[in-house]
Amino acid sequence: MSNFEYASAPESKAIANISDSYGLFIGGKFVDPRKGKSFETINPATEEVLSKIGYADKLDIDLAVKSARSAFTKVWSKTPAKERGKYLYRIARILQVRAREFAVVETLDNGKPIRESRDTDIPLAAAHFFYHAGWADKLEYAGFGNKPKPVGVVGQIIPWNFPLLMLAWKIAPALAAGNTVVLKPAETTPLTALLFAQVCQQAGLPDGVVNIVTGDGITGAALVNHPDINKIAFTGSTEVGKAIARSISATNKSATLELGGKAANLIFEDAAIDEAVEGIVNGIFFNQGHVCCAGSRLLVQENVADEILEKLKARMSLIRIGDPMDKNTDLGAINSKEQLKRIHEISKSGDAEGANRWSPECKLPSKGYWYPPTIFTGVSQSHRIAREEIFGPVLSVLTFRTPAEGIEKANNTMYGLSAGIWSDKGAKVLWAAKQLKAGVIWSNTFNKFDPASPFGGYKESGWGREGGRHGLSGYLKSDVKASK
Amino acid sequence: MIIDGSESSLKKFLADLPPVDQVGAEARAGMLATRSIKTTSKAWAIDTAISMVDLTTLEGADSPGKVKALCAKAVRPDPSDLTVPSVGAICVYNDMVKIARAELDAIGGRDIPVAAVATAFPSGRASIAVKKIDTQDALAAGANEIDMVIDRGAFLSGKLGEVFEEIKNIKQICGNKAHLKVILETGELVTYDNVRKASYLAMLAGADFIKTSTGKVAPAATAPVVLVMLEAVRDYFALTGTRIGVKPAGGIRTTKDAIKQLVLVNETAGSEWLKPSLFRIGASALLNDLLMQRMKLRTGYYAGANYVTVD
Repeated sequence: MSNFEYASAPESKAIANISDSYGLFIGGKFVDPRKGKSFETINPATEEVLSKIGYADKLDIDLAVKSARSAFTKVWSKTPAKERGKYLYRIARILQVRAREFAVVETLDNGKPIRESRDTDIPLAAAHFFYHAGWADKLEYAGFGNKPKPVGVVGQIIPWNFPLLMLAWKIAPALAAGNTVVLKPAETTPLTALLFAQVCQQAGLPDGVVNIVTGDGITGAALVNHPDINKIAFTGSTEVGKAIARSISATNKSATLELGGKAANLIFEDAAIDEAVEGIVNGIFFNQGHVCCAGSRLLVQENVADEILEKLKARMSLIRIGDPMDKNTDLGAINSKEQLKRIHEISKSGDAEGANRWSPECKLPSKGYWYPPTIFTGVSQSHRIAREEIFGPVLSVLTFRTPAEGIEKANNTMYGLSAGIWSDKGAKVLWAAKQLKAGVIWSNTFNKFDPASPFGGYKESGWGREGGRHGLSGYLKSDVKASK
Repeated sequence: MIIDGSESSLKKFLADLPPVDQVGAEARAGMLATRSIKTTSKAWAIDTAISMVDLTTLEGADSPGKVKALCAKAVRPDPSDLTVPSVGAICVYNDMVKIARAELDAIGGRDIPVAAVATAFPSGRASIAVKKIDTQDALAAGANEIDMVIDRGAFLSGKLGEVFEEIKNIKQICGNKAHLKVILETGELVTYDNVRKASYLAMLAGADFIKTSTGKVAPAATAPVVLVMLEAVRDYFALTGTRIGVKPAGGIRTTKDAIKQLVLVNETAGSEWLKPSLFRIGASALLNDLLMQRMKLRTGYYAGANYVTVD
């Protein structure tokens, strides 16, 4: 009788009031798209249709930008900074009050485990609004030059991996700095953004300060190319990021781009082994590996590699995969059919190029999009799985013999978003952090986020930073002349 | 044997153990505390926890009457429901062992072991000669398990060989007659690195169980400490093929706490450890909460403290 089978503990869907259909949120109201087109958003864990979402085309984008422009010139730029802060604070409080509802909707729409949406996504989203509420009336004292000014109307495009959190990363600093926004959530995960539109109404935010337009890549392109946008803030794939950079190159638009990554997670021989194993798991299997800063390239010092791998496999066997609404689920569904296809495709290249694939025994649900936690050992830098971002629960394991070799391999990538260092020796951690070319470096932990900590990458991982004082600067222009 | 028994080989072995990262260990224990255990798994966990309780009385005021009452409770925790399993053991001071053993034998609790806290419990501040006699005394009285405390002073001053020898000596006296549970008193060892070292030290010296605390020092059985000890027994098994038991004691008072401990066991050492021969919970007040929660699962309502016995 030594078996502990956790009974299923599903979170109730009852709290999630998902409408059958949603319009676009323009000028403080939900409106139907001009051409009446719509698309469906589904629950990736069950393939059930959740709602019909309005599809915004050029005409709708134009309306949304006009509404943002008028709100910017007539209202928001004239609103005292202190008042702006109050709105942000109010939004943060509403997010906290409605946290459970948001967590449920996020999990239904995205497929991530409720444990993560409940404990990570929603609390962090609220934290970003709280943090930026504090900045709103202190911008003049933050070293941005004298009387920093908002850039104006900002077009924001966010990905499907952390729908509400990425919205918070974008909208909170933009509003704190005095901009108005037109935000396009990802095609597969628009629901929490639309719920957030209701929060804006609830908070009494002036009409048009936040506009939310739903659609696909074509909608996004229309937003990027709209002539009355002052800045583009984009988080997503490097490929799309490059296209955006090209398309705005001949304009006055500025941009922040948070793009892909292939982070090195370096385990030195003197690491705290059990906690390092936990960190590896958290680094790559958190959010199904749908994390641009995921520790997808594990670099282990050769003399502890066997021990680490043995423990990692034992630990992976405990990962609970399945219904994301179950509070005991660790690994949820892959967000879309397309993404699942891509994970399969790159993983197969690992098999073909001679790496060894391993997954624990696990039963995957018959409906929905699923991929088991997977590691590839015997990977070398020249394998595709060591170079390309997989964006799924797939870890490539490489080894190194000396610290210098570890650093060299870690930096041998076209990306540079994040990195992890595991060592009990403080001096070694600081030495390694100095050598690594990555925007975020975690030591003895992984995937930790804080609104006060700037986030962003080197090389093909992007332009600019989000979060912290650095992130705010991307939403401001300092008018040095005005100082006199 | 991994070490040759010399102080230097012991020191070397313990120094080579990987460190514990405090933040990481606490985060892992915290995450496991969020597991949701309901309905069938809760029913299973409650019964399992009851069968793992070392029902304990360790007061200066302990009397034969008190101990006998405890024995009755150990055999039949809930007189209104005979499907409730008996507890894992009775845990008493040395001088109460004889009474407990005789009482258990008399009332149908022959299978319930009696654990004696020997070796100058709870401080461990006595000479080895006294500790040996203490142990022999308990065994002579019929103890089936010896809960010994380590000399924390010796451990903290780096006399690891001394602690090792002491445990070895006591284990020798126990022989096949009694299981040896070694109390590390983790609250006094303070760091998780020390907890890991002391766990290995005890296992290498022959402990059958490693136990967190005497219950007289706070903090006692915190989740991260139990996590580190479970990792130690798991790794020791991988190294030697021997399974050592773990016993958290002190501060576990509610069903929720007990279930969290079982989750820790399940996801660290593994389900192999989920039986009374490899996991015990040292407690006095916990049992009644388990019984009340069990009633609630059965009847659907929470009856309250007067529906369980106070012995």
